[in-house]
Amino acid sequence: MANRIGVYVCHCGSNIAGKVDCPDVARYAEGLRNVVVSRDYQFMCSDPGQEMIIKDIKEYGLNRVVVASCSPRLHEKTFQQACARGGLNPYLMQHCCIREHCSWTTEDPVEATAKAKRIVEAAVERVAEHQELFSREVEVLPDVMVVGAGIAGIQAALDIAKSGHKVHLVEKSPSIGGHMAQFDKTFPTLDCAACISTPKMVAVSQEPNINLMTWAEVEDVSGFVGNYTVTVKRKPRYVNEAVCTGCGACLEKCPTKALSEFNEGLGFRKAIYRNSPQAVPNTPVIDGTICKKITKDKCGICQKICPTGAIDYEQKERHEVFHVGSIVLATGYDAMDPTPLREYGFGKYDEVYTALQFERLNNAVGPTEGRIVMKNGEKPEAVAIIHCVGSRDKNYHEYCSRTCCMYALKYDHLIKDKVGHDARVYNFYIDMRCFGKGYEEFFKRVQEEGVTFIRGRPAEIVEEDGKLVVVGEDTLLGMNVRVPVDMVILCTAMEARKDVTEVARIFGVAQGQDGFFLEEHPKLGPVSTATDGVFLAGACQGPKDIPDAVSHASGGAAQALALAARGKVDISPTTSWINPDVCVGCKVCIDLCAYSAIEFDERRQVSVINEAMCKGCGSCAGYCPSGAAQIKHFRETQIFDEIDGLLGMMPVVPQPETEGGAALITEEIQPGETA
Amino acid sequence: MSHEFEPTILAFVCNWCTFTAADLAGTSRMVQQPNVRLVRMMCTGMVDPKYIVKSLLSGADGVLVSGCHPGDCHYINGNYKARRRVKLLNEILPQFGIERDRVRLTWVGASEGNEFAATVNNFINEIRELGPMETRSMAVV
Repeated sequence: MANRIGVYVCHCGSNIAGKVDCPDVARYAEGLRNVVVSRDYQFMCSDPGQEMIIKDIKEYGLNRVVVASCSPRLHEKTFQQACARGGLNPYLMQHCCIREHCSWTTEDPVEATAKAKRIVEAAVERVAEHQELFSREVEVLPDVMVVGAGIAGIQAALDIAKSGHKVHLVEKSPSIGGHMAQFDKTFPTLDCAACISTPKMVAVSQEPNINLMTWAEVEDVSGFVGNYTVTVKRKPRYVNEAVCTGCGACLEKCPTKALSEFNEGLGFRKAIYRNSPQAVPNTPVIDGTICKKITKDKCGICQKICPTGAIDYEQKERHEVFHVGSIVLATGYDAMDPTPLREYGFGKYDEVYTALQFERLNNAVGPTEGRIVMKNGEKPEAVAIIHCVGSRDKNYHEYCSRTCCMYALKYDHLIKDKVGHDARVYNFYIDMRCFGKGYEEFFKRVQEEGVTFIRGRPAEIVEEDGKLVVVGEDTLLGMNVRVPVDMVILCTAMEARKDVTEVARIFGVAQGQDGFFLEEHPKLGPVSTATDGVFLAGACQGPKDIPDAVSHASGGAAQALALAARGKVDISPTTSWINPDVCVGCKVCIDLCAYSAIEFDERRQVSVINEAMCKGCGSCAGYCPSGAAQIKHFRETQIFDEIDGLLGMMPVVPQPETEGGAALITEEIQPGETA
Repeated sequence: MSHEFEPTILAFVCNWCTFTAADLAGTSRMVQQPNVRLVRMMCTGMVDPKYIVKSLLSGADGVLVSGCHPGDCHYINGNYKARRRVKLLNEILPQFGIERDRVRLTWVGASEGNEFAATVNNFINEIRELGPMETRSMAVV
């Protein structure tokens, strides 16, 4: 059957018709190849407009439709669905834009009309090469994997588990809780962090729907939305979790010490350790790199005294494989190491602390049991808090870390509260950003407590007569200041995890310019990623405070649940297809594919697309030296004809309906052929 | 003669960034010269150099390829692939008597409607200065 094309030119009220002579464009289209009917109408997207298309498909036996109206990003789906209702495959429709790209941007009506004609001509030429395509439905596995068990991962896991779906929660450190477990108080309510996070941590460990794996890392992810296969590496704990009761006898006797990561290097832990008494699970872990039994086959005290015989030095790394429908990434952030900012003397002066170190100083189970004291055990008389260390700084991170102003205010209050009201606290800030619920009120409260605010980023910190002197400029007073203090706290930036690039590669998600995982859309898709079925939760997407991280995590959980609850998902048919008759098996496309969607068929010696994994980006088609790789709906012939149409290369000769026009060539690519 | 020349420009733009920016430029009524016509691609990574060559040989005086900023590609790294391909094409074109300036690659993010309009207008002006594709008649032969 020859092509029978219907062209529909929309006035969009006066939005298009105000500049473009729509009836003239429609008349022009009538004379194009294979066009059997061409109409203009006031509002094509309206019900009568769509009905017009549906009626014409039946009456004129149309097998191709061109709609010239607004941007395809707005109404392509609308008209595709209208075609489908008329019994036409939705991919036999071409939507072209004569509004955003023509009537609204062109000043002269004559030029606008001429441009619109070219655009319509290109669509008519292109649509002749369109093929029927069919989207495919695949099943979504019911289980969900959550990676990272900080407060965001915990929240996401609990939300999903509550719905009855199984959650595999993977945490790389020995205990869950993330950074929040290190904090003492939370702003602006001054809740004790442990009091609100520990119940959630315990809930995770007791929830039957959650398979909690600590001391574990995701090693490999393969598959596609609804059908991911995840390999998890279980690092050897050397303690049998099923047997250990968490009595802690081993922690007492272990003779080997190392700096405690959980205490930010301010205290020591043993070779067998757990982060804190509230750790979940409370099973300790042996640091295999320093344990004398494991490294030198000496000692073995913990095994001798363990009352349940839980210690097992022979444990080896294990790999477990899980099949899940979707993945929630909640890998969190790192606090920036301020050592490169040498002017602040971190690492050089004893009394310069990072924010996380100060959290540990405040914490009742921290190295000082919650007392704010200097290394010599005395209380500081004056403390300087320096905001924006590494944030809002072109040399380090341009973005604002969102939380530092508020935790600095929290420190202000805690110092006044714990050290005494006569302690002097100086905040060196650029702007105060107290944007949340109750935040500005907290700022006011702290100001009233007698804290000093100096606007200006300090130039350096020097040591004079046993005191630290913060040298800077008060930009409000316009004068230089030198403030002698006993202790300095650096409000360090939140930055992407050190291994973020590796993690992004494993999960196939993109990173933004600042290193954090890139969301699908900055406004309307903040929890989804460009990889279907992989969602984001918390600070791995960007700096967040606790309430933001928790609500973001619930959002990610909802997205994962929506997939799981529906149980099936449509896979777009506009994927790549490699013609096995043309492919020479050079394998170039395999390395080009960012989604690992191309495999090599050794038997046939050709590359084969896994349609379910292919996103249709066309990297393979853009390179394929033999032209075997083609993107459905963006095939070479379609683009070539569109180019010809746009350049007016096609002879505009009205032809009898019975002649001309390529026959339907839907046989060439059969949907599902490669499946 | 040259003042009567009106260049024809084809722009291969990615669906996620530059096409969206073009929509935004339209919604914001940012006036552009009518000489540019867009071809929507899903990604600049699918812009086969032969589309560009074909355009130049079929009547385009200039070709613009525009996608997401480096690091922002919707398809992870398609724009880097486009960058390499356009760079190579820019090297080859002069050997066939085609000025390298006729093919340009730019990054225009989804929110940069004004940037899109400016890019288009500047490119059209530059091609207008450059004059028509003289090699076309020869090349077609």
